[in-house]
Amino acid sequence: MNSSTANDNPDTSPIITIEGMHKWFGEFHVLKDINLTVQRRERIVICGPSGSGKSTLIRCINRLEEHQRGRIVVDGIELTNDLKNIEKIRTEVGMVFQHFNLFPHLTILENLTLGPIWVRKTPRREAEESAMYFLEKVRIAEQAQKYPGQLSGGQQQRVAIARSLCMRPNVILFDEPTSALDPEMVKEVLDVMISLAQDGMTMIVVSHEMGFAKSVAHRVLFMDGGEILEENEPQEFFNNPRHERTKLFLSQILD
Amino acid sequence: MPQTAPPRSAADVRPPVTNIGVLGWIRANLFNGPLNSLLTLTVLYLLWQALPPFINWALVDSLWFSSSEECKAAGGACWSVITANIRFILFGFYPHDLQWRPLLGICILIALLLYSQNRRHWRPSLAWAWLIGLFSMGVLLMGGIFGLTAVESTNWGGLPLTLLLSVFGLTAAYPVGVVLALGRQSRMPVVKSFCVVYIELIRGVPLISLLFMSSVVFPLFLPEGVTVNKILRAQMAIILFTAAYIAEVVRGGLQGMDRGQYEAAKSLGLNYLQTMRLVILPQALKIVIPPSVSILISAFKDTSLVVIIALYDLLKTTQTALSDPKWMGFSAEAYLFVALIYFVCCWFMSNYSRRLEKELDTGR
Repeated sequence: MNSSTANDNPDTSPIITIEGMHKWFGEFHVLKDINLTVQRRERIVICGPSGSGKSTLIRCINRLEEHQRGRIVVDGIELTNDLKNIEKIRTEVGMVFQHFNLFPHLTILENLTLGPIWVRKTPRREAEESAMYFLEKVRIAEQAQKYPGQLSGGQQQRVAIARSLCMRPNVILFDEPTSALDPEMVKEVLDVMISLAQDGMTMIVVSHEMGFAKSVAHRVLFMDGGEILEENEPQEFFNNPRHERTKLFLSQILD
Repeated sequence: MPQTAPPRSAADVRPPVTNIGVLGWIRANLFNGPLNSLLTLTVLYLLWQALPPFINWALVDSLWFSSSEECKAAGGACWSVITANIRFILFGFYPHDLQWRPLLGICILIALLLYSQNRRHWRPSLAWAWLIGLFSMGVLLMGGIFGLTAVESTNWGGLPLTLLLSVFGLTAAYPVGVVLALGRQSRMPVVKSFCVVYIELIRGVPLISLLFMSSVVFPLFLPEGVTVNKILRAQMAIILFTAAYIAEVVRGGLQGMDRGQYEAAKSLGLNYLQTMRLVILPQALKIVIPPSVSILISAFKDTSLVVIIALYDLLKTTQTALSDPKWMGFSAEAYLFVALIYFVCCWFMSNYSRRLEKELDTGR
């Protein structure tokens, strides 16, 4: 599965292109000269020590953070200050957060239909049907009428994944989706992510789940100090890390 | 000890009698420690001293439908001051034989309020019911159409005026306050500074001075011949004043929101208005129900300050009734009655807010 044949989609243009992108938080240079191209149906795992800028990088892709230099093009649309473009891109790019960020005042079903109804203008009936379809897919349909506060962390994260799927995104960004979970719940979320991968979803995943990276990713990126230090196929990446800092990181995380 | 006795499982063991039931409650709440026991006994003693005389005065020795002379001779409470003046206290200078109209208006209002308590009744048709209800209340009060005799607003007074000022005042102030709170968070500097200046300015002056300005200073700036109804001016002052306080409370709720909620809404592609209306405000307003309600309650009571600009609200009509030489000296009874009306209204508000809080709780 982890071959690099990402081009079985007729549309062969890359879904995300980042060129010479820089970002500062005030004086602090968080992202330095990022260049990254993501093909359709490609799955990328980004790892690195905390504070290395990996979350910031994917948050720039749907403009939760603003970049100051360079270009980001998502599905042919360049991210600028134009609000219309930003909102357009956000409907195409799904996002799954570390802390789920479900809407606690809405039922699970309402969480899932909010975007389709208000942004995509889908009729309610249709939105609910597709929401139920995706809840089945993450194996949680029986909880549709409950509120997020009544669910376990793992269940909430699966709902969050279903919520982003309901918008029919072209790519989903995962920001450390399993780091806030109790250990016994990590697997149920990873299983859902693996089945998404099998369906051919384009995914960019910030994660330290190296097992997931090995079995699912086409490419693994290692970031440190705001730079992409190394990128490779998972086999190569884990067996022959080239960079000293990658070796150090892997030795710490794999023990 | 017989060895054959079946061992009692831990689940069978009952708590000691002194921890449960009435005895347990009394012990836990009234006599848990020497200091609390002492306090309980002291309070019981004071109640024993104070309650019987009060009951005697208010209920046993009291007069309900007598003349003022009989009242002065008797030792108990003279509730006759209220029964004799009830129509003036409730309706002020509203023409005597037309007072069924404000009464009917109040009944419509109470019916609507009671019906709206149940959240299952919150349908679009209810909004129409409110519109029609408010409109017919206005027609009833003003007259002039449908063959109803017109009544000048200078003759409005008593309970209808108090309810008018507070119901319109509070329902209009809340949305204005929410908009101000959002404005204060805005990234547009002009909007933001306007809201900050407005809120700080209004909060910096007492309501009395605002009412006074609305009644005395404001008309000076109007072009000649143009007049704005005095009640409307007072109404505006109350709305503007209350909105500033609501705004600060709502801002507190907005700041308590997790940043992740904004981000999740944004990443679904919701725009600013949708994010606020569908995601942020429903949660933020729920958090601030308790402080909002205390502001609404105090604003409700503050409507009695309109006496300063010579509007005859409930409190002023009561005072006026008491200034009749016949009934002088019975202010305690009259004010107790007015206090009861205010209390019932406020109790209704706080009770309802507690229920709403419980109903909206989704176990976060």
